[in-house]
Amino acid sequence: MPAGNPASWQDQLYEKLRAHGVDQFAYVPDAGHATLIDRSLADPDVHSIALTTEEEGVALAAGANLGGSRAVLLMQSSGLGNCVNFLSMIEGGQFPFLTLVSMRGDYGEGNPWQMSMGKAVEPVLRAMGIRSLRVDHPGDVEPAAEAALTMVFKAEERVAVLLTQKLIGAKSF
Amino acid sequence: MVEGSVRGEHRPGPAERGASQSYLLDRRQAVPELVGDPRDFLIVAGLAGTAKDFGHLTGDGDNLFALAGAMGAAAMTGLGLALSQPDRRVLVATGDGELLMNVGALATIAAVNPPNLAILCVDNGHYGETGYQRSHTSLGVDLERMAAGAGIRTTRRVEREADIPGAARLLREENGTAFVLLKVAPTDPPKFRRDMRPAAVRHRFRRALLGL
Repeated sequence: MPAGNPASWQDQLYEKLRAHGVDQFAYVPDAGHATLIDRSLADPDVHSIALTTEEEGVALAAGANLGGSRAVLLMQSSGLGNCVNFLSMIEGGQFPFLTLVSMRGDYGEGNPWQMSMGKAVEPVLRAMGIRSLRVDHPGDVEPAAEAALTMVFKAEERVAVLLTQKLIGAKSF
Repeated sequence: MVEGSVRGEHRPGPAERGASQSYLLDRRQAVPELVGDPRDFLIVAGLAGTAKDFGHLTGDGDNLFALAGAMGAAAMTGLGLALSQPDRRVLVATGDGELLMNVGALATIAAVNPPNLAILCVDNGHYGETGYQRSHTSLGVDLERMAAGAGIRTTRRVEREADIPGAARLLREENGTAFVLLKVAPTDPPKFRRDMRPAAVRHRFRRALLGL
């Protein structure tokens, strides 16, 4: 990174995850997570795992915990819909669980296909026993990440950090 | 009316018995023979039949995390465990229905190819717990070919007693993710009562492995 450029909130977020020992990064590729995904791919000390469907990352996170490691699931809000039944294992097993969710169907969304899951994200998370922290401003990303990481890995909680469309912008497709 | 069926419980009729007779192996013998000493593995077992196979085999051991729900989750749980414990041998054992429910996991796992992970699919061609309805592997689906097609470099089919020793070695020694398809007759797994509480089993597993 050129000297003098402040780190983007995306880079700060990656470093925060690493500082808390997260070394399994699971994702279905999404533009909202591009920096985190690329950094995980470039990082020789982490496992960067591309998923065919988001619920695989839920099971992966459970397996990582069984073995003493820390995983994060990076997904778009629509992917939460795919996760629901596997989240029953997370709740039943009282697994720690962290997911970063890039929102769609949210503020300024133009694709009608995204609206339903966008509206359903918070009710579905609540139904599955997962707390959500909404982040609307770049300055709030790092504190929210710190808060989520503490809740998840120190207190064995289940937390979703929602990176809203106010933060990441609405997509044109 | 299928011969031998009792109040919705499906017993293979003559035509199906003909098909199932081509499966010589009984899971109650073949699974223990394939696995050997289960204490050599960290084991994730998919729900229903294989959870009972491995509950029985390990005596509900603390190196076993057997699911009783989250159908489809076994293989990826095994991947997360294998990546977190590179010095340990991890065995995912699951049935054909459970594996098919998230069959894309084979692709995800193949792309990572951890050297310490082995997947054993106990394929009886039926949904045992729900009345032995035929599963897709009785209707033409070949899970070994799907695993190979997903990119898993080492796959093996076990249909006869003579196939077992070579496959057993793969589960233990292959230096890359291995997939073994064990074709068994659609007969019941051993009866075994295991701890069904997911949090208790999780804590027990971690305490044994990590001392936590």
